[in-house]
Amino acid sequence: MMITRRRALVGAALSITLLATGCSNADDPEAGGAAATTVSDADVQAALTAGGELTVWAWDTTLTKVVADFQVKYPKVKVKLVNAGQGNDQYTALQNAIAAGTGLPDVAQIEYYALPQFALVKSVADLNTYGAASLESTFTKGTWNAVRSSGKIYGFPIDSGPMALFYNKEVFDKHQIAVPTTWEEYAAAAEKLHKADAKSYITSDSGDAGFTTSLIWQAGGKPYTVKGTDVTVNFADAGTQKFAAQWQKLIDGKLLSPVVGWTDEWYKGLGDGTIASLVTGAWMPSNLESGAKAANGKWRVAPMPQWEAGGKSTAENGGSSLAIPDKSTNKTLAYGFLKYAAIGEGAKSRVDNGAFPATNAELNAPEFLSKEFPYFGGQKVNEVLAASAGQVVSGWSYLPFQVYANSIYGDTVGKAYIGQGTLQDGLKSWQEASVKYGQEQGFTVK
Amino acid sequence: MVTRRSWIGWQFTGPFLAVFALVFLAPIGYSAYLSVFRTRLVGGTSFVGLENYTKALSDPQFWEALSRVTLFLAVQVPIMLGLALLVALAIDSGRLYGSGFFRVAIFLPYAVPAVVGCLMWGFLYSTRFGLVGNLNEAFGVTLPEPLSPDHILTSIGNIVTWEFIGYNMLILYSGLRVVDTALYEAAAIDGAGQFRIIRAIKLPALRGPLVVATIFSIVGSFQLFNEPQILDSLAPNSITTYFTPNVYAFQLSFLGQQINYSATIALIMGVATMIVAYVFQRRSLKGVA
Repeated sequence: MMITRRRALVGAALSITLLATGCSNADDPEAGGAAATTVSDADVQAALTAGGELTVWAWDTTLTKVVADFQVKYPKVKVKLVNAGQGNDQYTALQNAIAAGTGLPDVAQIEYYALPQFALVKSVADLNTYGAASLESTFTKGTWNAVRSSGKIYGFPIDSGPMALFYNKEVFDKHQIAVPTTWEEYAAAAEKLHKADAKSYITSDSGDAGFTTSLIWQAGGKPYTVKGTDVTVNFADAGTQKFAAQWQKLIDGKLLSPVVGWTDEWYKGLGDGTIASLVTGAWMPSNLESGAKAANGKWRVAPMPQWEAGGKSTAENGGSSLAIPDKSTNKTLAYGFLKYAAIGEGAKSRVDNGAFPATNAELNAPEFLSKEFPYFGGQKVNEVLAASAGQVVSGWSYLPFQVYANSIYGDTVGKAYIGQGTLQDGLKSWQEASVKYGQEQGFTVK
Repeated sequence: MVTRRSWIGWQFTGPFLAVFALVFLAPIGYSAYLSVFRTRLVGGTSFVGLENYTKALSDPQFWEALSRVTLFLAVQVPIMLGLALLVALAIDSGRLYGSGFFRVAIFLPYAVPAVVGCLMWGFLYSTRFGLVGNLNEAFGVTLPEPLSPDHILTSIGNIVTWEFIGYNMLILYSGLRVVDTALYEAAAIDGAGQFRIIRAIKLPALRGPLVVATIFSIVGSFQLFNEPQILDSLAPNSITTYFTPNVYAFQLSFLGQQINYSATIALIMGVATMIVAYVFQRRSLKGVA
């Protein structure tokens, strides 16, 4: 399974030509609202039977089997699955293709946080045209919100990252640390562990934009509001404050390992117990299994620590969708593939190969929930993760330029992790820099 | 006849000029063209004249980046060239045992791809699993963290020095090899010692090569990019997205989608580098043929 959350190191470069061509209607934000259904299911079915050629750009490895099965079911459709790079590499290529108007895929994998950027310049099709709105109850609440904006649906969720607490039970047991259920307890556990063993840390965090926004999300903060091109960035709300105050304690107490995520050091720490837990998306198990083999059998999964005792709120971290570039010439057929891959047979096949589902049916399937993971000591990990998926706080949105905002996180909030100012200060400068960029890009930002 | 003569000239220079125009002048021209526009996510592209230039000149992030590479230039380049000079003189002195081996060994880092070299150093610098961490553990000391924001520039300077001493040594060494050996004989007859020979013969002979090496280093410093970009993955909070002008330009175009502004920064840096290199060349070669 792919890693859906990475540091936003590489960028999505929207090329100038794209904007020159796509901008003409970009400044009428709410024009017309959602498009009416003009293509019926029967039309889509007819297109599938008639056949044709499709190009799909995706890096998700579980799609390989989906494509093969799809072609068996619809023998007249030829699907070319292309790995055009992971994440932002692919977005750059996609933007170039959109700008050039040639070499365009008919379907592209786009992560949730990057989708608004494509939606903004209308380079991905509104799936309402194909009656996508009726599929609302098929997908989990969180993922559906992630692909929807102002009534328009820009893609189908293919996986998701409801968050949970992954922890090394052996380390916790050794130091008699109870599994924390609140962030308060988490901080106490962090202190206890680090005191008992100076080399061990409860977790590693050297500043990660995705993690920060996810925790603010869970705490009920809504720092970003987006209405067309009217954007607000406000890190002063109560949810953000809760996060900043709590996490500052961990930073001040030097209770976070400064190891940078996804590096060899990090995997080593996860394997040898010096990084004792992770609060992250549901796509993590396969990464632990392959990256931290040394800890086989030692890890467990528990519900995400809460901001209020007894609370049941979670957030998403990572995950991606399949979208149809608006300039594709084969959109009806592409929609047929999207449906196949995102729901029903396709979704099931992907889950069997290790993806974490975004559809309610797969999420609640008994064989999915009861699957025992040897790496997690035989625990039925999916039960915990599926429960988290149903508890995602609604109403979150990312900025239409989140890729950029995340890239300057290190310049601003990251400073707090090396003792230059507090998280509060950092968030304030992050806000200022994001506002400045938004204004420069022509948004109305408050 | 006049026509024919000029045509022959064009035939000789034509291929070069065509390639030169294509890969050198055209990109610069295109950057200049880009730099007078502004493209926004909302609102599209518009002509803004010199607005990008005035913005750059009052951009604190750009100035921070520029002053950082200037500091780097002022400190790292003299150290690196001083060491390179020392090594070149030592190898040339003929008193070094196994000078062939040293010449190759010192040059070797230059042959290591910059990316690999940086990653290797990044590992050595690590205070947890790297060499610095091992030293701390073995001797029970706490060495300064090379990847912390206060020391990162020094650490990068160290990497660059390691990479380029050999290269500069070779430039200087070849300068020494062309010195007429009759001069050394004459000096020996006059009773000059090694240091006298260095001062009176070798250093003056090295003036040209030193100027060349310095100009390369000035250009290299202003274009500092690989090392901070690679170390960024290990020390994201120490290296800002505007650490050096080139890192800033990269960030602007590939993450910020501000291609026009990025082109402006690149052009300003190009002009600044040219001016500094030119002034240096004029001043240091004054009076030399």
